[in-house]
Amino acid sequence: MNVLDTLTGKAKSRVWLTAALLLLGLVLLPFLVEASLGKSWVRIIDLALLYIMLALGLNIVVGYAGLLDLGYVAFYAVGAYCWALLASPQFGLNLPFWIILPAGAAIAALFGVLLGTPTLRLRGDYLAIVTLGFGEIIRIFINNLNAPINITNGPQGITLIEPMSIFGFSLGKTQDVLGLTLSSPHLYYYLFLLCVALVVFVCVRLENSRIGRAWVAIREDEMAAAAAGINTRNIKLLAFAMGATFGGLSGGLFASFQGFVSPESFNLMESIMILSMIVLGGMGNIPGVILGAILVTVIPEALRYTGDLQRVLFGQVYIDPADLRMLLFGIALVMMMLFRPAGLLPSKQRKREFAEDAA
Amino acid sequence: MSDLLRIANVTKHFGGIKALTDVSFTVRKGEIFGVIGPNGAGKTTLFNALTGLYQPDTGAIDLAGTSLYRRKPHEILKAGFARTFQNIRLFHNMTAQENVMVGRHTRTTSGVLAALLHTAHNRKEERDCEAYAQQLLNRVGIGKHTHTLAKHLSYGDQRRLEIARALASEPKLLALDEPAAGMNPNEKNALRDLMVSLRDEGLTLMLIEHDVKLVMGICDRLVVLDYGEKIAEGTPDTVRHDPKVIAAYLGGEVAA
Amino acid sequence: MDIFAQQLINGLVLGSVYALVALGYTLVYGILELINFAHGETTMMGSMIALAVIGALFGVAPDLPGIVIVLTGLLVAIPACMLLGYSIERVAYRPLRHAPRLAPLITAIGISIVLQNVAMLIWGKQYIAFPTTLLPQGRHEILGASITDVQIAILVLTVAIMAGLVILVNRTRLGRAMRATAQAPAVAQLMGVNVNAVISATFIIGSALAAIAGVMVSANYGQAHYYMGFLLGLKAFSAAVLGGIGNLAGAMLGGLLLGVIEALGAGYIGDLTGGFLGSHYQDIFAFMVLILVLTLKPSGLLGSKSVERA
Repeated sequence: MNVLDTLTGKAKSRVWLTAALLLLGLVLLPFLVEASLGKSWVRIIDLALLYIMLALGLNIVVGYAGLLDLGYVAFYAVGAYCWALLASPQFGLNLPFWIILPAGAAIAALFGVLLGTPTLRLRGDYLAIVTLGFGEIIRIFINNLNAPINITNGPQGITLIEPMSIFGFSLGKTQDVLGLTLSSPHLYYYLFLLCVALVVFVCVRLENSRIGRAWVAIREDEMAAAAAGINTRNIKLLAFAMGATFGGLSGGLFASFQGFVSPESFNLMESIMILSMIVLGGMGNIPGVILGAILVTVIPEALRYTGDLQRVLFGQVYIDPADLRMLLFGIALVMMMLFRPAGLLPSKQRKREFAEDAA
Repeated sequence: MSDLLRIANVTKHFGGIKALTDVSFTVRKGEIFGVIGPNGAGKTTLFNALTGLYQPDTGAIDLAGTSLYRRKPHEILKAGFARTFQNIRLFHNMTAQENVMVGRHTRTTSGVLAALLHTAHNRKEERDCEAYAQQLLNRVGIGKHTHTLAKHLSYGDQRRLEIARALASEPKLLALDEPAAGMNPNEKNALRDLMVSLRDEGLTLMLIEHDVKLVMGICDRLVVLDYGEKIAEGTPDTVRHDPKVIAAYLGGEVAA
Repeated sequence: MDIFAQQLINGLVLGSVYALVALGYTLVYGILELINFAHGETTMMGSMIALAVIGALFGVAPDLPGIVIVLTGLLVAIPACMLLGYSIERVAYRPLRHAPRLAPLITAIGISIVLQNVAMLIWGKQYIAFPTTLLPQGRHEILGASITDVQIAILVLTVAIMAGLVILVNRTRLGRAMRATAQAPAVAQLMGVNVNAVISATFIIGSALAAIAGVMVSANYGQAHYYMGFLLGLKAFSAAVLGGIGNLAGAMLGGLLLGVIEALGAGYIGDLTGGFLGSHYQDIFAFMVLILVLTLKPSGLLGSKSVERA
């Protein structure tokens, strides 16, 4: 159903106006951020955009299909290492992005299916633990595949990864575009923004489709879904594969942006962070997930300033801000579940579900 | 009348418990076929074994020439055998229309690519699917609840919605597991009218029911199960006077 | 030295620890059908608290016999963990008992993170050494392998605790109430069982076992760390699933088996894969076992409860 069809001309023009303003705001955002908060914050919003992609990908698996995946970061790792191995001195390769990104996404999707196949019969919390185990297995392999044949370079990780280069236009260095001088984080910002738009588009289209309905039906009642003619195995695998694809894609972008990958970046905590973005923001609801991803990325960065605050107040730093962030994060997870279980911006369906079950 | 569903020697044991033993019968096209029996006789197990929720141990199940033996639930639905559940199983947080649209899953084809590209075929299919769902909601008498969440419907309307969802797959055979359970007399009458009119349109129905009066009044033929075995088969009149059936029901209900 | 016998002994010792932690998972699962994801952290806290007490006591009274110092540490850690387990259930699980299954799992993850970080803030990010000199240092030869006094103590203590637990569950009023609640909580309640008290008791017992396991593991390896609970918990959970979740004997068997599988696996993986994979892959065995069991026989070796979707 097209929303615009149902609106009057006046309302329609208002929608367009809002959209145009939003777009303008998003285009100007890195400049505003750099002017007000400093250069490092442009990188932070770049990362926030990456996390939005990851969270939206995981949202397909957890939010729509109701399959709790605690090993999602494995797909991110697969995508990142795919880029790292195919465009770095590690193997002396430098393949173009239009080969690596699809390859990374496809391999991640394959891993999604590999993970999904043995676990589909499992109930929610078991699935969570098995996927967690899967994530750890992948990490352990990446960590140790430096001997006897050096594939991943082990715990040291892979450095000197080639930045994204779009037909000769490198995003890794400062470029002049239309008379503006844009640094690398600015360039990546626009690329990531475009990718987020694409991911949002895919999610919206899928949500309101035959496939999206099938996912939600499985989440609601798997047996009834099977009896209503849904091939639950395939549709669940599809959710895993779609989620993994986005994970792989984000991983590739991450490697090119960061220039460095190591197993460290892909631990369980990362999976939990991505899951929390969904939970805090509002499971199954695209704006909620986006909000969650932004909050979970940006708040810890803001917490860095508590270091200065501590120095001012107590003369020294008692709690490392990086440690404080995890502590607050754990508390936030518990509090959210206890007091606002449907998230900050709940999808209408989830809100009702939780309201009903709590009663 | 030709045979639609043929079941031969279907057996299902759970550990040492014989839930179904050598059950055989035939459902003819265009009839309402009853399955009755005391509590624990194996009626729901039979439905589950027929619709793929349980794997039968042995036997043959054949719908209009297609074997359904040990097929997956979605394959069985696609072959034309739809069902409802004794304890209503709807997608509670989806609207009535969405529930029925899910039921149309096997009769629609749009995949991921079609949904992403909004192909002409996809858009037409979605429109048709919505219209078809609305038509079915009208058909079962809850047409004004299109956008109501399933769980906000009244009990009787939830039963109707489940039937609409099953009908959305355009089945040859519709199996209803105690559809009248918990209904008041008015709702029961409406349900009865609905079943009869569905049959008159050419649909074949199978019916598990506790309400013996309803079954005897509506079914063309029926089987009686007891302890997982078939003890009688025939028209309501023959079954009513079968000594084994009377014994199974302790002579009470059936004769009345 | 006989590698097989040595790895077998190491495996049994490690397996004892897994078994004790696995019992905590299985007890709670048996009653609430809930995976107490924070249980590994309870074990870590037991270890850390005991070490803190041992360190402090050794500082104040270095002349006390070593075993007295260690036992004091253990005896402080046990009630501390019992209180912790009780609190976790009250704060993170009880309010969500009727919420969707995802909710308590997420609070559990939250609690785990909180406990890890609290431990890190208190005790720092470094490994903390267990003053192993306080413990008997004997080493014995058996079947061509060596076993230490500490390892013997771990094995004996584990067997004793398991026997005690079996008696508790099968012979006491509390045990009967626990079994009744596990079977049918609503019925148990009608029959006068205080279900909430039983659930609290279950968490408390599980946490006491976790505290003991925590002390054992740090005594055996000579160190503790704020992050040790995560992997230990996960492996113990795998052990519980292997044995059949909800089944006490299963948790014991699963724990011992997993310990042996890991030790033998780590000892032989190099030979098995022609040197391609080394012993640093030890940690993947638990996950492999978990995935295999859940795929092939989800009810585990001894379990009857199915973990498949109802």
